Amino acid sequence: MSDTFAMIEQVGPRGMMTLRGDLSSTKLKNAATGVAGVDFPGISECNCVDERGIAWMSPDEVLVITPYDEIAKDLKRMQKILSGTHHLLANVSDARSVFMISGAKSREIIAKLSPVDLHPDSLIPGQFRRTRLAQVPAAFWMRDKNTFELICFRSVADYVSTLLHNAASAGSEVGYFQ
Amino acid sequence: MLMLTCPYCGIDADETELTPGGQAHLTRETVGSDDDTFESYLFMRENPKGVHFERWRHSYGCGKWFHAARCTVTLEVFGTYSAQTTEPPKEICDKISGKRPGWSWGSFS
Repeated sequence: MSDTFAMIEQVGPRGMMTLRGDLSSTKLKNAATGVAGVDFPGISECNCVDERGIAWMSPDEVLVITPYDEIAKDLKRMQKILSGTHHLLANVSDARSVFMISGAKSREIIAKLSPVDLHPDSLIPGQFRRTRLAQVPAAFWMRDKNTFELICFRSVADYVSTLLHNAASAGSEVGYFQ
Repeated sequence: MLMLTCPYCGIDADETELTPGGQAHLTRETVGSDDDTFESYLFMRENPKGVHFERWRHSYGCGKWFHAARCTVTLEVFGTYSAQTTEPPKEICDKISGKRPGWSWGSFS
């Protein structure tokens, strides 16, 4: 690919579990935090440390992120904790792709592609934003002030990769956030 | 551009992240309804110039349905509220009354 003004790399695969149920239930919270090893996120938040984390997807859904090769073990652990509780737990690892976008101007790339307010005062690390990237659904959060982690469906990963590289092509910086 | 705040995730969602769901607060007529009320449930819709109540779905976000009260003339949004209701909440109605005195919409005013 041509030169880009930020680093874009497809990482993963990453283990991901969709967990739906009553998010106020202690059992459900314990199952998620027990496996992910991070605090349970608030509304529209994501807590992530290395390859583990929990992302708030909707009022009745969270995404539990784990290393890909430990997903089977983690899934079993969660099923055990959740037995007897009304819930839905599904391994969606192979349906997702993960991208890392890093660099001082990484905000610009996302800002070009989604209708999200990416001003440094509005979008800060810890927030989780489900949105669209051009024509496909995607979600992203910030690892730190210069790094975005982005997930999308694997079926559109090629499209998203091309989008990101195109939006990041060297010389196309807008400089709006500088 | 129309922007609505999703009452579930608190995000200011752009129109392109939402799916319109038509008029809000319809009573779903079903078995036992007479033909006239069923016909009006199926076909008759408000088409106001001014205050309007609509259903929207935050389809690229949390995926939840919610209600929005807005003005079809100025695109001013009076507020959004949960879908788990059959009528607009009082604070939304009061807000509209403050800005559009004498408004009415269907059986609400």
